[in-house]
Amino acid sequence: MDKLLFGDNQFFGVNHMSEEKARQQQMRFQNTDAVIDVLKDAYDEGVTTFMCTTHDRIGEVADYFRENREQYPDFTFFPGMPYAHKYANAITTDGMMGALRRFTPNEGVVDAAMRGTSALVGKDIEGIVTLLIDAEMKMFEGLPTPVIWLQNVVTDLLLGMGFNEAFSIFAEHVRSRYNAEPGFITMNLPMLAGALEKQNIASPLICSNINKIGFRMSGGMDAYHAALQSHDFRPVAMSVYASGAIPADEAIQWVCEQPNIEAIVFGASSRRNIAGTKELVDKYWRK
Amino acid sequence: MVKVAVIGLGKMGISHLSMVRALPGVEVVGIVDATTYLLGVLKKYTGLNTYTSLDKLLADVTPDAAIVATPSRLHYPMVKQLLGAGLSVFCEKPFTLASVEGDELVQLAAAKGLVTQVGYHNRFVGAFGEVKRLLDAGAIGTVTHGLAEAYGPVVLKPQGGTWRSKSTEGGGCLYDYAAHPLNLINWYLGEPDGVGGTVLNSVFSAEIDDEVSSTVYYPGGQTVSVSVNWSDESVRKMTTRITLWGTGGRIFADRQEVQVYLREDSVIPEGYQAGWNVRYTTELTEPVNFYLRGEEYTAQLAHFIERVERNETGGVNTFESAVVTDRLIERMIEDSKRGPRVLISDDVIKEPVKQSLPAKVRTAVASGIKRVRALLPGQK
Repeated sequence: MDKLLFGDNQFFGVNHMSEEKARQQQMRFQNTDAVIDVLKDAYDEGVTTFMCTTHDRIGEVADYFRENREQYPDFTFFPGMPYAHKYANAITTDGMMGALRRFTPNEGVVDAAMRGTSALVGKDIEGIVTLLIDAEMKMFEGLPTPVIWLQNVVTDLLLGMGFNEAFSIFAEHVRSRYNAEPGFITMNLPMLAGALEKQNIASPLICSNINKIGFRMSGGMDAYHAALQSHDFRPVAMSVYASGAIPADEAIQWVCEQPNIEAIVFGASSRRNIAGTKELVDKYWRK
Repeated sequence: MVKVAVIGLGKMGISHLSMVRALPGVEVVGIVDATTYLLGVLKKYTGLNTYTSLDKLLADVTPDAAIVATPSRLHYPMVKQLLGAGLSVFCEKPFTLASVEGDELVQLAAAKGLVTQVGYHNRFVGAFGEVKRLLDAGAIGTVTHGLAEAYGPVVLKPQGGTWRSKSTEGGGCLYDYAAHPLNLINWYLGEPDGVGGTVLNSVFSAEIDDEVSSTVYYPGGQTVSVSVNWSDESVRKMTTRITLWGTGGRIFADRQEVQVYLREDSVIPEGYQAGWNVRYTTELTEPVNFYLRGEEYTAQLAHFIERVERNETGGVNTFESAVVTDRLIERMIEDSKRGPRVLISDDVIKEPVKQSLPAKVRTAVASGIKRVRALLPGQK
């Protein structure tokens, strides 16, 4: 796995600092060409892995890199699913089951499941979950996806409820069907690391906020340190700049000093900023 | 250990279940929903006790508290039953669809000494809390005008199907979306005197309102303009925004940041300066033990659970405070039936009495002083 992974928040108006800045980014990247241009810049700077959501527009990005494979042979996708907003809005308008029906390609499955008795529940859930994964993965067909992530909204929803078997279903399907490593994005690293261990999922990737000011590191800095030290998973750090609250040099230096971290996810909108982060990681990463 | 039941497992109910179960010192003793398939899945995979009705739950277990996240029209009967059974209650917003029912529940809870809360999570957002602190410190002097906004992409085409598309069940942009900024201005400025010019407009929906505009009137000539629209595709997700103008400056806030302009001669709170000040969510947000959709969602549940543990009836977002918002919504619905008060085609126009806003404030203050003087001994 590359040390630096390129994230996609900046392309879709996700900004944890300012709604105004988020809107400016949405304007700037409303044409997918603008997104692809930045990805090409990242590639030229040696940042060749794109950790992205399964937003519809990522489909267009995937199409581009599929068609231009010879030019970008190392371009790799780490998809994160599901793109939660489309589900959340569907649940508001159609209810929980209506939303499921809308997103499973084979509608009959959900209806059959709902009619079924609880004895059938276990098998049905596996069926529905794997169908949802396959539907989200369609856009990446023929492209390398060596890591597949479960987005934090879903990971943490399941984690809080104690629905930990879903993590095994996800990991199992990702490994067997896509020959990929399962990854889990979370805002609750210490709690998730414990839950995955109990599920006997071997060395999963876990991506969480890891930054000097402890921003959105739920459970607290000490618990994060303890979890990182125990090293029964492969940690990936995100939000290392805490949405810009920490100066770049200081932020990267601190993250690189933390134990066992395998990669850093970062977002940038300009070649200059991509190069800047790359330079800092090359400077501080000792491995 | 606080024993909690979760009633209603829609989008909010499922989130609450996840967050409350992850809180230390909480045991979820049962969940209630009408969807048997969902209950079957949750029973099998989470080991929770599941019930298809509130009666069945109450017959089987004895929770200390309940979280109610059912469709809005069921809030009143369910909360009444829960309070009657001696449970403290956290209820999703809007609280009830008739403020008289809300008042009744306030009294019932008070008589039984139970802890109550309503899910107006914005009061737990760091940025909105900072606005409250600034106002309490008198930072922008006397507030003269406000703008309360919320926009989001919920109803983007004609549709129907769930309770949210029926006005009789508390669906619509007013109850679902506008309730949030209205609740915030209630927090900042108290209960208003009246409302005017309310328009509940449909954009795509057949039965319900998709956009809301209104003017809320406060004593002394203060007003707040309300502009809310849940058919706005241009925003990625719901945004709630508050702007307040005062004699000492201006405050703007959304859930990410607070921008404050303070005049030289205004009260400058600790850490602020005259001119522009910006505070971001990274510095305004208190960490929580478990994060799902935003710190504020966990923080409000933690606040409720702590109050139940300590049997503290006072706190943020009590039923009493939520009734103020329910009543304002009720009056806005009433006002919306009136239409325009003055028509362009009317031929007799009264000579307008021009009065600038500060003049209005001065008049109000003067009349207030007169009233106070009249109460003083030795005055006639």
